[in-house]
Amino acid sequence: MEQHAHRTETAASGAPMLSVRGLTRRFGGLTAVDAIDLDLAKGELVSIIGPNGAGKTTLFNLVTGHDRPDAGEVRLEGRDITGLSPETLAGQGIARTFQLGRVFGNLSVMDNVLIGAHTRLRAVKPAVPVIGPLLELGLALLRPASVKAEEERLREEVKTILARFGERLLPRIDQPAYSLSYANRRRVEIARALALKPRLLLLDEPTAGMNPTETAEMQALVAELKAQGLTILLIEHKLEMVMRLSDRVMVMDEGKKIAEGAGEDVRNDPKVIEAYLGHGLARSEEQETAA
Amino acid sequence: MSSWLDYTINGLIVGNVYALVAVGLALIFGVSRLINFAQGSIYLVGAYIGWVAVVQLHTPLPLTIIVVALAAALVGLIIERFGLRPLQNSARIAPLLATIGISFVLDQIVMLTFSPNPRALPSQLPDVRFQVGNGTIGPLDLLIAGVGLTSALLLFVFLRYSKLGWAVRATAQDRDAAMQMGVDVNRVNQAVFGIAAALGGVSGMLVGMYYNQIDTAMSLQATLKGVVAEVVGGAGNVPGAVVGSLLLGLVESYGVAVFGTSYRNLFAFLLLVLVLVLRPNGLFASARQAPPEPLTGTFIAPSRPVRIPRWALLIAVGGFAILPLFPVSFYVLQTLINAWLLGMLALSLTLVAGTIGQVSLGHAALLAIGAYTSALLSSSFSVPVGLAVIAGGLMSAALGTTLISPSFRLRGHYVSIATLAIGEIVSLVILNWESVTRGPIGISGIPPLSLFGYDLISASSVYWFSFAVMVVLALLQGRLLNSHLGRSFRAIRDDDIAARAYGLSLNRYKSLAFIFGGFAAGVSGAIAAHLYSYINHETFNTQQSILALTVVILGGLGNVVGAVVGSVALVGLPEVFRIAAEYRILIYGIVLLLLVRFRPQGLLGTI
Ligand SMILES: Nc1ncnc2c1ncn2[C@@H]1O[C@H](COP(=O)(O)OP(=O)(O)OP(=O)(O)O)[C@@H](O)[C@H]1O
Ligand SMILES: [Mg+2]
Repeated sequence: MEQHAHRTETAASGAPMLSVRGLTRRFGGLTAVDAIDLDLAKGELVSIIGPNGAGKTTLFNLVTGHDRPDAGEVRLEGRDITGLSPETLAGQGIARTFQLGRVFGNLSVMDNVLIGAHTRLRAVKPAVPVIGPLLELGLALLRPASVKAEEERLREEVKTILARFGERLLPRIDQPAYSLSYANRRRVEIARALALKPRLLLLDEPTAGMNPTETAEMQALVAELKAQGLTILLIEHKLEMVMRLSDRVMVMDEGKKIAEGAGEDVRNDPKVIEAYLGHGLARSEEQETAA
Repeated sequence: MSSWLDYTINGLIVGNVYALVAVGLALIFGVSRLINFAQGSIYLVGAYIGWVAVVQLHTPLPLTIIVVALAAALVGLIIERFGLRPLQNSARIAPLLATIGISFVLDQIVMLTFSPNPRALPSQLPDVRFQVGNGTIGPLDLLIAGVGLTSALLLFVFLRYSKLGWAVRATAQDRDAAMQMGVDVNRVNQAVFGIAAALGGVSGMLVGMYYNQIDTAMSLQATLKGVVAEVVGGAGNVPGAVVGSLLLGLVESYGVAVFGTSYRNLFAFLLLVLVLVLRPNGLFASARQAPPEPLTGTFIAPSRPVRIPRWALLIAVGGFAILPLFPVSFYVLQTLINAWLLGMLALSLTLVAGTIGQVSLGHAALLAIGAYTSALLSSSFSVPVGLAVIAGGLMSAALGTTLISPSFRLRGHYVSIATLAIGEIVSLVILNWESVTRGPIGISGIPPLSLFGYDLISASSVYWFSFAVMVVLALLQGRLLNSHLGRSFRAIRDDDIAARAYGLSLNRYKSLAFIFGGFAAGVSGAIAAHLYSYINHETFNTQQSILALTVVILGGLGNVVGAVVGSVALVGLPEVFRIAAEYRILIYGIVLLLLVRFRPQGLLGTI
């Protein structure tokens, strides 16, 4: 498979895959993310938990470039990526899914996942400055053999990725995403993220709204991705799943990191219990009993 | 020679009038996140009701104001109840298109009832002026200031102290929370549309009195000015809208003082574009307030395109290609030539509005750029017409994309406003840049179409030429849609946040869409210029932009075949039924409204 050019060049430096220092984001008077430090080694899976409104999604937005921090920095394998745009970061191998689900409703399953592979297009998107976009337009219209071959190869690859979801998506490959079930749309989102061949994958509540069977499937898939060596940052409310999958757990409350460590330790930390109880019946508890 | 004080007074008075429009827009935006493009039409209706009251019924001034306010409020309530409320659960593009359609229907009804000729609207006030410092002020100025202040006061009291006013504020803060607390959102919408319309109507009447003239072109101008003021103040921000209006009034007034009257609108639109680019949330919002995770995925209605078999397309193309070989009348060919020209424009717009989701309301500007380029090249520089047409397309692609690029980071309604404003800027530049465009005189004696030295004079040769160009453009666009660019464009339309997360640069792909679309529109305009042999700054106007939009909705957003079918239908059917020209725009508006309501995916479906 294709390698990212910068992967080989920086891997030797031994810097963590992701390193966050003092990251802060304020909305008016509210500090949604408050001086967060976090390191993620290559191949590690770290979960972020915390009550609703703790700032987990905002942290994801800061790391993936959808929002800019007021202070602090983000490094990817040692290189400063603070404040870069989402499209640049996608090009550097960061893929994410969205809490509320953001599939392209009118695109087929195939096209949705092909968009995931967009940063890997080479033949049709030559890296020429200034006239690059015009070349892209020309190549898209003329479609020489190299472009056709690239498209074909990616289409085959999409089918392999979809096969990971068993018979859930493959039979629906040409259907528009809006016609899929809720769980299937979430699967499409994850398939799209995998098509980017990410170095770092951020999953924001991938099992939200799924029933126990579907949750178990998703958990198995994430475990498989981890086993393949993918570095994953996971936001999840279902604690059972978090405990099974995570190498480490970070707990956030009101923007601050209140605990970090192995799953069991964090779970029994009085501060963590306090944070969940202090916010009344946290949604996570309800969901877990439901699951 | 007027003094600076006069310009300041004039700016503030005009600003006051804009404020009456802008406050209504801000109220509506606050509760329904909708820019009401029909606001200017209500202003127009208000002016004409005022005319009827003053000139025909001879009502005294206070009664005139009340009659206008009530009648305009009634129009507002009707718009809300029958135009917008049924669309509450539709895709977000639906109410946007609906207010555009309503605006055209209202303007046309006024035009058909009162004729497009300007009328005088006497102010009923004594014609005296008082000396203030080194400037003067008249009773009408004081009246306008008084109406402005009174309305502001009434509105403040209503919003602050009445139960319904509280509900309006709650809904504007957080619609969902308000609904959960039992606020009746329909009643809130009604209240807001009623108030906005009353203010807008009175404003139209006052402006009519101020200039002692009303005409149907007022509508679009008012919408634009109101929107500019509202956006400058921050969409949905009521006090901001007032400040924005006064600022706009002053900027225009001083601009006129320095550069002359014909530049008035240019300043307004430049201010708009500047604000949209530099501070899209308005002058008074904190610069970095991103809206909380906006749900972008709901812009257009989901639909499945109708699959048309290839053989059917081939037969249709073949049939139209051999049509001139049969004894068809000149009239039929002429009609179809118009359809093919409109088809090229619709192809362009269906790509821009449908495929990549930038609902452009200024598309006629692309026609104008292509037309002027080709006309000037061929008549002043003797460039062969075939090449000049291509140059027109390229110029339209390049210039159109450059002009529109500041709006690439905007969404939804804002794109429509920006394109509308840029369209106006283009026609103002054409009007004022006399050394190149010959200003209001226009360009005459444009050489006819010719190809490799042979003039295309006969109707059938022009027919073949324009049909062939359209088919080639359609084939290219179909090919584009099937490439990775097609899916990238559609992904950006469906959800630009997710698209960016996967590496799609909005600037790059919106540029490419506008380059491709700009070329098609430019070629269409260029061919039209050579057919008409005379063009001026009014040849390509907003009506054509709206017609193209109706075609695109009729055919199905993004649908290449749909764009052509829609063009033939909208050009051909009025001819078949022999509908008089003045009723056509009205019918286009009604068709647009019916489609949005009952068949948002159009005839052939969204792609
Ligand atoms: N764009 C924004 N503007 C203003 N406030 C925001 C914005 N985005 C998030 N917030 C606020 O920041 C806080 C953190 O929100 P965030 O979505 O990050 O929480 P979360 O931990 O992901 O919660 P959940 O478990 O419900 O997903 C919340 O109080 C939220 O209201
Ligand atoms: Mg969240």
